[in-house]
Amino acid sequence: MKKPILEENAVLSVQSCQKLYGINRGCQDINFDLYPGEVLGIVGESGSGKSTLLNCLSGNNQPDHGAIIYRDSVGMAQDIYEMNEARRRLLMRSEFGIVKQNPKDGLRMRVSAGANIGERLMAVGDRHYGDIRTKAGDWLTQVEMPKDRLDDMPFEFSGGMQQRLQIARVLVTRPRLVLMDEPTGGLDVSVQAKLLDLIRSLVSELNLSVIMVTHDLAVARLLCDRLLVMQQSRVIEQGLTDQVLDDPQHPYTQLLVSSVLTP
Amino acid sequence: MPNQSEYNFAYLDEQSKRTIRRGLLKAVAIPGHQVPFAGREMPMPYGWGTGGVQVTASILGADDCLKVIDQGSDDTTNAVSIRRFFDKTALVETTTDTEAATVIQTRHRIPEQPLTNNQILVFQVPIPEPLRFIEPSESETMKMHALEEYGVMHVKLYEDIAHHGHIATTYAYPVHVNGRYVMDPSPIPKFDNPKMHMSDALLLFGAGREKRLYAIPPYTDVKSLDFDDHPFEIQQWDQSCALCGCEHSFLDEVIVNDEGERMFVCSDSHFCQQRVNAKLNMSEAVEV
Repeated sequence: MKKPILEENAVLSVQSCQKLYGINRGCQDINFDLYPGEVLGIVGESGSGKSTLLNCLSGNNQPDHGAIIYRDSVGMAQDIYEMNEARRRLLMRSEFGIVKQNPKDGLRMRVSAGANIGERLMAVGDRHYGDIRTKAGDWLTQVEMPKDRLDDMPFEFSGGMQQRLQIARVLVTRPRLVLMDEPTGGLDVSVQAKLLDLIRSLVSELNLSVIMVTHDLAVARLLCDRLLVMQQSRVIEQGLTDQVLDDPQHPYTQLLVSSVLTP
Repeated sequence: MPNQSEYNFAYLDEQSKRTIRRGLLKAVAIPGHQVPFAGREMPMPYGWGTGGVQVTASILGADDCLKVIDQGSDDTTNAVSIRRFFDKTALVETTTDTEAATVIQTRHRIPEQPLTNNQILVFQVPIPEPLRFIEPSESETMKMHALEEYGVMHVKLYEDIAHHGHIATTYAYPVHVNGRYVMDPSPIPKFDNPKMHMSDALLLFGAGREKRLYAIPPYTDVKSLDFDDHPFEIQQWDQSCALCGCEHSFLDEVIVNDEGERMFVCSDSHFCQQRVNAKLNMSEAVEV
């Protein structure tokens, strides 16, 4: 096993990651580093490989080539696909957090909100009911939901609230790296705005490192420090968000930026 | 003794019994681990104890004495018909006496009378997978067992306390076996869970529909799951048995007439009968 190389300070390093399902379908030649507290946006059209990349990062989809190196909380850098499965899955439910686009995929719809939030605590060994419940209640308030809904079922919540619940469920174990797949997709604009506000304040409060897939450039501008633009499985442009959106270099990025409707 | 039955001994053919015994050996070697086996069609519907019957058939010897209980009782339909089945196909001695039996097949209870190390208890199991409630995928539950990811088991207990104020799961209460596998002890009341801990008898579990075997060998550590601040507790009753007066057995509530009058009696019929007989003998002795 070759020793993983990871720049000092970086939390995550993706090195020539490739996962292809066909010619230019999937993702290839992906290289980037992620630093603590940074929000990295991945934008691009449908089918450009954003979700494939995110699945590779979340340990669900082993890349054909390349390395995904993560520095854990004790400072050890390791390729997430080189470690054994038990360790990888433990990381995924403690130090990684994954927020799905559709809250139904990320929540257990048939157990209460409290149990949804508490699940990750119990999964990492919490065995005190009172403590779990207090923490679940605290997180419900953190995501601006009333505490008295702790025992309600997720299907009784609106779409926006389900998404908040999902975020609480992921953040309760204090992950260091959060992967979000279109967290505001399918929500109406006002709900979206509130959720974005919430995510922004949580990110700065908890000093989270976030990788967020979105195809909404407005969301990207609001939240992301840095952007990767993907097209046909490759990263075609990357840089600071303002730089990419205000002065796009690649023809595709120019097209993407100019196709945003302004009311 | 020549086998007078028209069936092969204990109904199943010898090869089938061997494969099941092989599965049982593996199950005993890895306490609480579910071992798949080639389940056979039995002349009874799934859900009536096809798993338990196959286990019993494959471990039964000509000199064994069989007892079958259903809901703790020896005289319910299921118990009577399974007992008659082996009476007919294996010509083994059958009994209702817990102490006399060498093999006991059970559906819902562990007998009140402590079992000994020359007895085997065979459970009929409907759903062998304790994680099924939370995880519908079989490949995922197998992985969770392999990697000992049992945190989610507590989600169910959490839900109970959140909705009822206490752990309301009263049967099929999950246990942690030998510090390794989480196991569903079949629909026995949690009242019986402590009896599995360091049991003298061998406990075998057979699930016919799902085709799984598992086991708790004698003297194995069995711990019921709980929370630090909501420890495991067994059921308790304010009443005592209306027939034998027992205060520490598992009681069934029986409605006795159309007015809704009810009484509580021991669910273990043999245990109750023994106590009633002992009382009668005592009072006769006093009269003499």
